[in-house]
Amino acid sequence: MAKSLGLDQQSHEEILKKERKSNSAWSKLKRNKTALLGLFAVSVMVALAILAPVITNGKPNEIHPIDAYLKFFEKGHLLGTDEFGRDLFTRICYGARVSLLVAVGATAVGGVTGVILGLIAGYMGGIVDAVLMRIMDGVLAFPFILLSIVLMTVLGSGIINVILAIGIAEIPRFARVVRGQVLIVKKEEYCNAGRVIGISHFRMLAHHILPNTVSEVIVYGTLNIASAIISEAALSFLGLGIELPTASWGSILRSGRNCLNTAPHIAAVSGTFILITVIGFNLLGDGIRDVLDPKMKK
Amino acid sequence: MSEKRVILQVKGLSKDFQIKGKKLGSKKAVLHALQEIDLDIHEGEVLGVIGESGCGKSTLGRCLVGLHKPTEGEILFEGKSILGVRAKDKLEMCRNIQMIFQDPYSSLDPRHTAADSVSEPMVVHKTVKGRAAMEQRVLELLKQVGLDVQHMNRYPHEFSGGQRQRLNVARAISINPRMIICDEPVSALDVSIQAQVINLLKKLQKEYNLTYVFISHDLSVVKYVSDRIVIMYLGRIVEICNGGDIYKNPLHPYTQALLSAIPPECPDEEKERIVLQGEVPSPIGERKGCPLAGRCPQCMERCKNEMPRLKQQGEEGHQVACFLYEKK
Repeated sequence: MAKSLGLDQQSHEEILKKERKSNSAWSKLKRNKTALLGLFAVSVMVALAILAPVITNGKPNEIHPIDAYLKFFEKGHLLGTDEFGRDLFTRICYGARVSLLVAVGATAVGGVTGVILGLIAGYMGGIVDAVLMRIMDGVLAFPFILLSIVLMTVLGSGIINVILAIGIAEIPRFARVVRGQVLIVKKEEYCNAGRVIGISHFRMLAHHILPNTVSEVIVYGTLNIASAIISEAALSFLGLGIELPTASWGSILRSGRNCLNTAPHIAAVSGTFILITVIGFNLLGDGIRDVLDPKMKK
Repeated sequence: MSEKRVILQVKGLSKDFQIKGKKLGSKKAVLHALQEIDLDIHEGEVLGVIGESGCGKSTLGRCLVGLHKPTEGEILFEGKSILGVRAKDKLEMCRNIQMIFQDPYSSLDPRHTAADSVSEPMVVHKTVKGRAAMEQRVLELLKQVGLDVQHMNRYPHEFSGGQRQRLNVARAISINPRMIICDEPVSALDVSIQAQVINLLKKLQKEYNLTYVFISHDLSVVKYVSDRIVIMYLGRIVEICNGGDIYKNPLHPYTQALLSAIPPECPDEEKERIVLQGEVPSPIGERKGCPLAGRCPQCMERCKNEMPRLKQQGEEGHQVACFLYEKK
């Protein structure tokens, strides 16, 4: 009896192990081709940012007026030069540091705060919900860029402040998305089933409500990464973001705009990098959402 | 049979819902879902609750597990009130009374695996410690309800309705409750699966000496499982009787009409159908008199103005709320 039980035990554990392996997030992501493509694009951008001093000459702000407006591959400049003769590839790599940091950081700030506020508002309901959401409405009433400008003037320039300004301006949007979903999820029968067991409010939020709202958050978050890059560009454009001459994709794009007729490659290059990053994050976000959704198996 | 111990006592339970008017500025109306319910539930019995849609069966069940807060009245579990207890004691109460929900499709979290769902009550109540022990216990429970190890890591959408309801059963019994409220546990299932789940419930009841409150609108199901049957109409209990008596000796006119609506078992069998006239009155707003007064074929003047109380009638344990039997 004991022996047969032992045997059973082993085969059980094998079965479970196998299932666990095939159900792990990474193995699911590996099966998702488009998500892998997104992951690849994002990884390349991150690698460029991290390896910037190694793969470039390390001087993004070095000016060579003689070499201004060089085209691709001219005089050893892979992507040409800008209006001051600065190597574009170097500036793109260093700009990636700023742009990616701002995009991810601002989305994280806005996302985490917004999700927490949205969860609290939706779950508690009543007066808490009303107060929180009216504040959010108040923030939403300002145009996004105007709000960022106000925050930047209050906080002063600098990368941390750019992240904060864009992040804070994003909070109400995240909070709204999450709150709406929480209102639906909290009335589901499985939440009642949890209440019957006597689970705590924290466990209810963390184990049942949050996981069931997360796909909306991810979709909105990946879209938001794109808009954060653009917002940073807009702030830099107005002279409120990163101080010149520090490179960011937004500032390169802006300087390229001034000479679109004579040297279109400046705007095109920075625009392309923004585009690839945005697409990469979107594909990756879709993939992560599918991985987290048990109903999406393949 | 020896004197039965009362495990749960319901005293004068009422539940009102506030209904907001649809139009701007219209008055709030009050829906009386439950009115003055008095009920004793004995240890180890299966108490069937039947009644048509909207009569308050589910509201009663939900009040018993604390999902609804009653407007009035008391619920005593072994003499202790379960209403308004502190958080710590509440957990203890939750452990005693569990619930199986009507809809197996929505009562399991779609993002939790079967093992997660079944182990959750034990995690919350800290009855099992350690991962290996938990896995062992979950497997034990799954086997008890007719599932197996390969089901552990599956998600709810990968199960059939019957299997999901088995999971709900496993979840409910995982923390050894004394009592389980079954809120129409089989009404969403195919007839063949219904029988399986009911037999499973019966088997578990014998094994653990569980007390069931079995809510259903299916007369044959209720008759099959119940020791005693409560018949509800419009938020009130109109009759309480022992399992077999309902067919032999239905007393309340509503019960009689309800029973006559069961299709005959044999096509040749002649059956007299009592059809109640009119519609079920709305539970919104105040009303005096017997809830059935407008539709009852034997309605008297008194019925329209006075509410009959549940009174012992005939055999032991047979109670009915009707003036027809009070004169005698």
